[in-house]
Amino acid sequence: MSFLRKFLDKQKKYFVREGKLKRLFPLYEAVDTFLFTPDKITKAAPHIRDVIDMKRVMMIVIYALIPSVIMALYNTGYQLNLALSEIANVSYEGWRAKLVLFLGIGFEPSNILANIVHGALYFLPVYVVTILVGGFWEVIFAIVRKHEINEGFLVTSLLFPMILPSTIPLWQVAIGISFGVVVGKEIFGGVGMNILNPALTGRVFLFFAYPAFITGDSVWVAVDGISKATPLAELSDSALKLSVSLKDAFLGVIPGSMGETSTLACIIGAIILIITGVGSWKIMVSVLSGMVTLSLMFNLIGSNTNPMFGVSPLWHLAIGGFAFGTVFMATDPVSSAITEKGKYIYGFLIGSLVILIRVINPAFPEGVMLAILFGNIFSPIIDYFFVNANVKRRILRNGNQ
Amino acid sequence: MLEQYLSLFIKSIFIENMALALFLGMCTFLAVSKKVETAVGLGVAVVIVQTITIPVNNLIYTNILKEGALSWAGLPDIDLTFLGLITYIGVIAAIVQILEMVLDKHFPKLYNALGIFLPLITVNCAILGGSLFMVERDYNFPQSIVYGLGSGIGWALAIIGLAGIREKMKYSNVPKGLRGLGITFIVAGLMAVAFMLFSGIQL
Repeated sequence: MSFLRKFLDKQKKYFVREGKLKRLFPLYEAVDTFLFTPDKITKAAPHIRDVIDMKRVMMIVIYALIPSVIMALYNTGYQLNLALSEIANVSYEGWRAKLVLFLGIGFEPSNILANIVHGALYFLPVYVVTILVGGFWEVIFAIVRKHEINEGFLVTSLLFPMILPSTIPLWQVAIGISFGVVVGKEIFGGVGMNILNPALTGRVFLFFAYPAFITGDSVWVAVDGISKATPLAELSDSALKLSVSLKDAFLGVIPGSMGETSTLACIIGAIILIITGVGSWKIMVSVLSGMVTLSLMFNLIGSNTNPMFGVSPLWHLAIGGFAFGTVFMATDPVSSAITEKGKYIYGFLIGSLVILIRVINPAFPEGVMLAILFGNIFSPIIDYFFVNANVKRRILRNGNQ
Repeated sequence: MLEQYLSLFIKSIFIENMALALFLGMCTFLAVSKKVETAVGLGVAVVIVQTITIPVNNLIYTNILKEGALSWAGLPDIDLTFLGLITYIGVIAAIVQILEMVLDKHFPKLYNALGIFLPLITVNCAILGGSLFMVERDYNFPQSIVYGLGSGIGWALAIIGLAGIREKMKYSNVPKGLRGLGITFIVAGLMAVAFMLFSGIQL
């Protein structure tokens, strides 16, 4: 490592003050602080002595995401191999098929390694495009507006591919992450100043601009001519039979967006986030309680025509993007409510809206994405009222001086 | 029966939100949303005016303007619907003026709180739009009360939400060219995207 440190120190002179490349300082700074602890020290009070900084926070989120990433790789490959093994004589071509044949790992759905490798062939291109295009905007804005490149983008760029289906065309990935980074974040001034979650903003843009590529039955498995409904779609249509068990849905071996299927992996991530204090347990618990309350209410009301009314809270937790959205999206510290009491309202609002959309809105099968965006939009006003209520209470308590 | 009113109420607040689904009343929506306090004032004023003007216009429409409505006066062949637009605007302006005087006399505190907003919303297109929707959809009198209240609350909700975001955005570092109305348009657009979550709900 000391060799790296020396190399960076040597290059530094080109990037500071009179250096030839001073315009590119944000790039240098990003590489430097990504590899080493920043050497910036605040000299004036107040201080909080803590090892945790933005960098650590973002890295912990990445660690918490690792189980979901592994499941994303495995399940994407598993669904593919399963589809290939179920249907004989299906034509499956392209560079991925050639590469799998070249590596000699085969298309066996029971082979975990084969699944992971095959899944990676779908996940990695999306991820690489996200990093390249999103990073491009990030660097452009950092150079022109002279702010630093923030590690927040690492989280955004990992979250974004996770919430896309594996068949998404790469040019759409590029457009989506561009919209997410530029409109969702950079025009507000960068990380920490945005209103909406950038990854969700990018996805919602793709969702409304190219609905055929991101929702429906044929986007989840990347084999031509094979359509597989998500459990959510199967539950909402009384003509379809549910093809997965609750255990499968909980473990995540079901069709769906790449990273969102496994509730188990999300729970592991949630435990990491809660123990380290990075993610707010208040938000997670209140989203969950909003979901349970509303779904129990719909269970009680019941309906003869709409089978979604009878879906139990346990199923709601296991299917769709609920767990992923709750753990990694709703808890985004920038766009969520900041006040402690506000977090309960914010979370409950999201949880109940998810069920509302799933059950009574036939236009969208899944509501997590829009529900969280809705929560993001109303989080400033929730905070406003709690802050003001607190100010009023303290004025009353201390007398009106 | 009650269920029908409830669903109309919810529909007018969320699904057909005046500001974020129909984009009515944009000028005040964008201009008076800098602070939450003023946004709340304007929102309350809109709720009050909507709830009064739409039922009043409904009465005028069904008893005077509608085709054959004048049969009680012995004139069954007369159709005055072409006078609709000017009548509704006149009624709104008159009601706002009267409301202002009443508030000034009997509720000075509320009058001071609403301040400039009452006369301002005379020309708010959300108000006129509410009356026109009422005519187009042929609401009866109780329905028009519910619709007026609901659409007013929906608009108020939207502007208070936007004001909250704009107050938070004081800490943002928006590029120079976008500051002010530019970024507000973008935020309003993003809000409208989030409000899409209600579109498609059948009540």
